[in-house]
Amino acid sequence: MREIDLPLANTAALTALEEAREFQPSRRRGSKLKTLALVLAVIFLNAIGNLSLAWGMRHVSEAVSLNPSAYLRAMLNPFVALGIALLILWLLTRMALLSWADLSFVLPLTGVGYVLAAFLGWRFLNEVVAPAHWTGTILIFVGTAMVGTTKQQTHAPEVSE
Amino acid sequence: MKWLLLSIIVCATVLSDLLQSYEMKRSGEQSVNARGLGRLLRMIVSRRYLFLAIVCMAVSFFAFMALVQTAPLSFAVPASAATFVLETVLAKFVLKEAVGKRRAAGALLVLGGVLLLAH
Repeated sequence: MREIDLPLANTAALTALEEAREFQPSRRRGSKLKTLALVLAVIFLNAIGNLSLAWGMRHVSEAVSLNPSAYLRAMLNPFVALGIALLILWLLTRMALLSWADLSFVLPLTGVGYVLAAFLGWRFLNEVVAPAHWTGTILIFVGTAMVGTTKQQTHAPEVSE
Repeated sequence: MKWLLLSIIVCATVLSDLLQSYEMKRSGEQSVNARGLGRLLRMIVSRRYLFLAIVCMAVSFFAFMALVQTAPLSFAVPASAATFVLETVLAKFVLKEAVGKRRAAGALLVLGGVLLLAH
């Protein structure tokens, strides 16, 4: 039977451990940067997607109602199409963020989107936002953040056969 | 008209979430790898509640498109948060989930915010 040189094995293990320790801060930094990039993407894809959709829909001459063909024609407007594409991208990015970040972290980001939508509407679509509306939007943001920080059930329920 | 469209958005979103939650809990935990996603897609087609959930999601989006055509964006997006209120109520009474004081307070704040938007 082959003898294992224990001191040597221990040294190798310790070296590997040291290397792993040295590697950890950069990994953590990389992970933080990735999270920050996704957070910014989630916030801005939603805001710009909604703005583009609203801008495009206002430039569609035909009012959409129950007629499905009117919606299809509206989607031919470049701003509407861009808005829909950005919102699909937002949904996928949000799902990616949700796959490793807690809902209590992601849900307030949705709340930020409400405030940003009010700001973009006021700034770029010349909407009149009354003080009561700003207060309402802030209340909605705080409420969403509170709903998101409640205790969640995250384990899978037992399935009856 | 904007309140009718908002009601359609809120009801369709909440119905979609409820149907998804009900059907996904019934079918147990799903993995998110490539094979798991394939199984998930087959499930959407074969399970009628999940299919209905997708239809509700589409209805909600089309109503949102109609809403932003006529109503301000600064109203349409924040007001759609009313889904949190209805979801909290239905989670408590339909799905029999435990709704804590913090979540109830959050839902009430959202309700207050939406009422201020109506002002």
